[in-house]
Amino acid sequence: MKKNWPLWEVFVRSKNGLEHRHFGSLHAADAEMALENARDVYTRRNEGVSIWVVESKNITASNPENNGELFEPAQDKIYRHPTFYDLPDEVKHM
Amino acid sequence: MNENLYKYILGVADNNLILGQRLGELCGHGPNLETDIACTNISLDLLGQVRSYYQYAAKIAGDGRTEDDIAMLRRERDYLNVLLVEQPNTDFAYTIGRQFLFDIYHLLFLNELQKSKDLTLSAIAAKSIKEVSYHQRFSSDWIKRLGDGTAESNSKMQAAIDSLWSYTDELFHQTQADELMVEKGIGVDITKLKSAYFNKVSEVLNEATINIPESKWFQKGGKEGIHSEHLGFLLSDLQYMQRTYPNMEW
Repeated sequence: MKKNWPLWEVFVRSKNGLEHRHFGSLHAADAEMALENARDVYTRRNEGVSIWVVESKNITASNPENNGELFEPAQDKIYRHPTFYDLPDEVKHM
Repeated sequence: MNENLYKYILGVADNNLILGQRLGELCGHGPNLETDIACTNISLDLLGQVRSYYQYAAKIAGDGRTEDDIAMLRRERDYLNVLLVEQPNTDFAYTIGRQFLFDIYHLLFLNELQKSKDLTLSAIAAKSIKEVSYHQRFSSDWIKRLGDGTAESNSKMQAAIDSLWSYTDELFHQTQADELMVEKGIGVDITKLKSAYFNKVSEVLNEATINIPESKWFQKGGKEGIHSEHLGFLLSDLQYMQRTYPNMEW
């Protein structure tokens, strides 16, 4: 049975006002069952107020083999961080 | 002590304990990880509710008995649950069928128990309703999935419903204690829930393309303490630690 059930990714919002975060994945026959399973597997310890599920095959992911060209060029561009400004003392929480 | 109220509470609570124990047997043995966790979640909901009932019963008994004594140290004939909930987890269709046939009753029952003149019972009912609404949703969904699934899942679901059907009528059987509590406005007149129950059950079974059994022959006895052969085995599992190591704690 399980072999036929597709994989779903589960996103849970832990509090109103916060964003949904990726919590994990599970197997389910369809979206409705995925929601029920997500409720039972990921929110039984009071972790959430909202759940999204999306079938894993619908997610397009970057290929780890391309990490070099995708991400390494950003490693030596420290000037892209706003760390070269002198902040007045009056500005807090930066 | 109010013997009738005590018995009434046990008649309500023992269903939770025994069904909770049955579902707990699936811990680590469910058909897959997701349904395994779902069944044990339901088990824990039922056991959480039963603690409130037994704590109240212990108070009514007023002789030093605790909730644990009531749960663990009675003999088979002193358990007042319906026969339905003690039936074994033959396969997943039976587990779901048993759950469904109980959940529909349980939710109707709690809706009425909320109106009880006994404030402790009405508070327990109000607190349990959300949990049981989810149980009913879960089991009804699975009835439809299995009934209206493949030819094999349909025949297994049909076999489970056919076999469990004879235990449904007992849900509406009133003991003497039940009747006395109904008179006092404490207990629920369950005989009045019967038509709503069979309407709701039929509605879901129809949608699931499961035939409603025509048999008019029903089992009863559990509410009077006369159980099927399965309860003794269940209790020996449940009570083993307390019987073997009396008063042990952890």
